[in-house]
Amino acid sequence: MTIRTTTALLTCAAIAAAGTAGAEIRLGASLSATGGAAFLGDPEAKTLEMLVEQLNEEGGIDGEEVELILYDDGGDPNQARTFATRLIEDDEVVAIIGGSTTGTTMSIASLAEDEGIPFISLAGAIQIIDPVREYVFKTPHTDRMACEKIFEDMQARGFTTIGMISGTDGFGASMQAQCKEVAGDYDIEIAADETYGPQDADMTPQLTRIRNTDGIDAILNPGFGQGPAIVTRNYSQLGIDTPFYQSHGVASDAFIELAGASESEGVRLPGTALLIADLLEEGDPQREVVTSYNDAYREQYGEAPSTFGGYAHDAFLLMTNAIREAGSDDPDAIRDALEATDGLVGTTGTYTMSEEDHLGLDLSAFRMLEITDGGWSSVE
Amino acid sequence: MSKWIQLAILAALIAILPVFFPSGYYYRIGALVFVNGIAVLGLVILIGFAGQISLGHAGFAGIGAYACALAPEQFGLHPALALLLGAVLSAGIAALIGRPILRLKGYYLAVATLGFGILVAMTIQNERALTGGPDGMAVEELGLRDLLRDLGWRVSGGEFWYGVCGIALLIGAWIALNLRDSPTGRAMRALHGSEIASRTLGIDVARQKLVAFVISAVFASVSGSLLALQNRYITPDVAGFMHSIELVTMAVLGGAGSVMGGIFGAAILTLLPQVLTVLADYEQVVLGVIMVTVMIFMPQGLLPSIARRLRRTRK
Repeated sequence: MTIRTTTALLTCAAIAAAGTAGAEIRLGASLSATGGAAFLGDPEAKTLEMLVEQLNEEGGIDGEEVELILYDDGGDPNQARTFATRLIEDDEVVAIIGGSTTGTTMSIASLAEDEGIPFISLAGAIQIIDPVREYVFKTPHTDRMACEKIFEDMQARGFTTIGMISGTDGFGASMQAQCKEVAGDYDIEIAADETYGPQDADMTPQLTRIRNTDGIDAILNPGFGQGPAIVTRNYSQLGIDTPFYQSHGVASDAFIELAGASESEGVRLPGTALLIADLLEEGDPQREVVTSYNDAYREQYGEAPSTFGGYAHDAFLLMTNAIREAGSDDPDAIRDALEATDGLVGTTGTYTMSEEDHLGLDLSAFRMLEITDGGWSSVE
Repeated sequence: MSKWIQLAILAALIAILPVFFPSGYYYRIGALVFVNGIAVLGLVILIGFAGQISLGHAGFAGIGAYACALAPEQFGLHPALALLLGAVLSAGIAALIGRPILRLKGYYLAVATLGFGILVAMTIQNERALTGGPDGMAVEELGLRDLLRDLGWRVSGGEFWYGVCGIALLIGAWIALNLRDSPTGRAMRALHGSEIASRTLGIDVARQKLVAFVISAVFASVSGSLLALQNRYITPDVAGFMHSIELVTMAVLGGAGSVMGGIFGAAILTLLPQVLTVLADYEQVVLGVIMVTVMIFMPQGLLPSIARRLRRTRK
């Protein structure tokens, strides 16, 4: 009798346990919320936490709550892989968002492939989705697209010869290589090619060399962090008057603050709609999603969201949309639904995935922005 | 404790622990503990036995790791052979730079080794065409798992690397324990005690230091190779300054003078960040407090201090 009661109780407990586990969709994330890449991971983590809370308040996905399990890998690829293993094996998540940097992303990617878990990366490099990996997707545009957008603008302004000054950090280096590759397609010749270290405090020599190169129409500075701000200041101090382009890596208000409003006047860079949320016109397809994310983030954290937070926003949107479309939380079904994403509007752009394209953005996702009076304006 | 008992305990732990693993994730953690343990064993020989400091051993881990990434890609070498190549390369470089560097003492030695580590990390970062720069590069699959599968033995990636790294750690511990009581090991420990005294006894001090440096470099290199092969992706972080410091901290925390202490230190510092994830923002603080506390109250390191306390209570 006692044995039978115990068994019955145990069965009930087991069913109850299974019931609660089933009523909840488990999403995993490994982000670099601290460490050298914290400026990427911190807004990403904040965004995901905010969105999950919002979603659950609204009743979750088809009535099922979403649980977010978030780890901070501190920007260490080895740690990222460990946390991804933990998410898959121990926390039994159905999908992973994360990898703030290319290194952490690539460490997780091979694991996601092996285990068959859909994975949306928040890192920029093109190697993440080229060649296409079955289970790996990403939301940020690639460096190559940023180069193309900039060169498109240069071509429209009739520039043919440019000077480049790039950071030697991962972002700057990768973009420098991509820009060199596509420059020919836009009939642009890179006549001067300078670099600086991520910790350098003065780039006047490099800029002087570029200035002294004959026939330079414009200067391009791929890089992120403090480097581009220093380059911009030096550019202004030297009184160079050739048009100056920055990359999407510094598309944030913090850059203007760091470089100074008068120093950065007239600088152009490709950015996302998120930066000019207030300037978006009535009929703009991105207006609604950008404004609602912008407002919610400001309300919750008292600061403006960054482009990087926007990447996390879009990854979450893509993932929840895919789970809804798939009608189940089976990883393979989610993967298929992700690949079938068609015309989903995010803060970064409009996503249309396919078997050959696991990013799903085109150049229209970028907006060419110019800094005027310490703020952003669209030049399109 | 005799050498064989220590080895037997270690082997038993490695073999029995998986019984208690609730999920595949714990195999990964285990494998990481072993990989770090191997590098720390090298430092136990260098710091604990010979009394020389190195703040640049991640440089050798970087050489081992990138040997496994580059040799298969560039020369079509099998990854397992690339591991050996990395070890030989590390030994060669250690022998080459060890001679001048090891003439230095104390802070100067620390700074020189630090410089070496940073140099390796910078080279890897800047040779973008070859190494992919700061973004890192993919590492070829070892292929041994497929071989096992063909033999009808299906193991998961986690289980496989747990086994491989566990065996490698056992071999490493066996070498370190053997070395400890060999004439070379005794000479190292003598020069640790007093360089002048050991020189008067006829010990070739420069040679012994160099031997310790080369052996520890090989340990670090193998550790880096195993990490690269296991992660199948490698970034310059592996050769970075922080990794060097981590390794030294593991050795000192666990007890630099003791082989098992070093492994224990590696285990603690690999596990703590995983356990402390529940504390989220306070993780770093707690980690720091634990380390400072151990250093103040157990300057000999965790394992030797605990062992001594146990012995004292028994008396």
